[in-house]
Amino acid sequence: MTFLSDSALERLRVAADAPDLTGTRYHLLGKLGQGGMGGVFRVDDSTLEREVALKVINVAYLDLSARLLQEARVIAKLEHPGIVPVHDAGMLPDGRPYYTMKLVQGKRIDELGKDMGGIADRLRTFLRICEPVAFAHAHGVLHRDLKPTNIMIGPFGEVLVMDWGLSKALAAGIDSAESGSVAEDCAADPAAVVATAHGSVLGTPGYMAPEQRNGEIVDQRADVYALGAILEFLLQDAQPRVPARLAAIWRKAKAEDRDTRYASVPDLADDVAHFVDGLPVSAYPESIVSRIWRWIARNRTWILLLLVYVVVRALLILFRPR
Amino acid sequence: MNKPVLGLVLGGILGIFDGLSAWFTPAVRSQMMGIVIGSTVKGLIAGILIGYFARKVNSLALGILFGLSVGLLLAYGVCAMQPGPNHYYFEIMLPGGIVGTIIGYATQRFGQQPRAIAD
Repeated sequence: MTFLSDSALERLRVAADAPDLTGTRYHLLGKLGQGGMGGVFRVDDSTLEREVALKVINVAYLDLSARLLQEARVIAKLEHPGIVPVHDAGMLPDGRPYYTMKLVQGKRIDELGKDMGGIADRLRTFLRICEPVAFAHAHGVLHRDLKPTNIMIGPFGEVLVMDWGLSKALAAGIDSAESGSVAEDCAADPAAVVATAHGSVLGTPGYMAPEQRNGEIVDQRADVYALGAILEFLLQDAQPRVPARLAAIWRKAKAEDRDTRYASVPDLADDVAHFVDGLPVSAYPESIVSRIWRWIARNRTWILLLLVYVVVRALLILFRPR
Repeated sequence: MNKPVLGLVLGGILGIFDGLSAWFTPAVRSQMMGIVIGSTVKGLIAGILIGYFARKVNSLALGILFGLSVGLLLAYGVCAMQPGPNHYYFEIMLPGGIVGTIIGYATQRFGQQPRAIAD
């Protein structure tokens, strides 16, 4: 008996997972990436004469076909500049579901590194990440898999939150364990995906809230936790040193007890915006002296001008000719 | 608060303060009321001119320069109107220029711009 080598098996798997686009308006151009249960391919839409991204479920996960279409429906209903728009969805000739979306030509934030700029630039990027997530929450949808590899910066600086494959409707009574208990299989790879016994993905360690890890009911605070971890990631190599007030914000967002976290994404975003504006933040109680000092620092030009005026007036009075 | 109104308010407040500081010059104490009124009006005029400039031109440097110029010019006008040999050019124009600078800075940094209306 001749056994196939690992590389041959891998090539067969890749070939099997490639979408069969026969008879469709799409032409395969290349592979963009591989997710938990599906691959994303670059295809040409011959009808609209543009390139789009096509996501198709892997052959091994055909029993999760309904989830891919549900993902497409969720994203299609969330029309926001920060959420990749869905263009089309359906079934391929090989029986696998697919959907097409805008092809984002950009970089993931984990690839940007020092290109993200200083603390202020990174915070502005973070605030733009919060917008589509808050929008989704307002429309009853949780992301549940927020992490740096799911956030892209487009060519014009636009921020896009990708991969809503684990998203779930809030009103449906979310159970992060879905159909069974969570079987953790992340071992040495902190970026590995936690798999359920069913084989579907439910989050990424490091960005997953404790209640999500434990298979409890989750709400928007699970995404708040993930955003806190993303904020920490964005600032990990920022210069100059991260101020204590800012570190307090991500610590509050990442609190193990969800009742002590920010209650919502807008609350988290407000505190970050307050920090950017030099205002007090709820995560870091300050003494009155610190507040006054910060007020002076924020208005130093004003104060300097008025001081100059008062000094000049005083000197004119003191040294006026008698 | 829009920029001209901010300029008006700030100019008025600083003008009052400017006028009151004349009390420290005994020679003009008898004319305090007129000085305060005149200084306030000067501040209001400077404020509205500088505020209107800030509405039209969005540049901190130009705003400060314009404020300084208006402050000096109006102060010069007040000095020229002084009766007698003593016009107090230095005592009036220097603080006047600083007040104009403060208003110029404030109206560029703060105050709402008018909203653009689509045709």
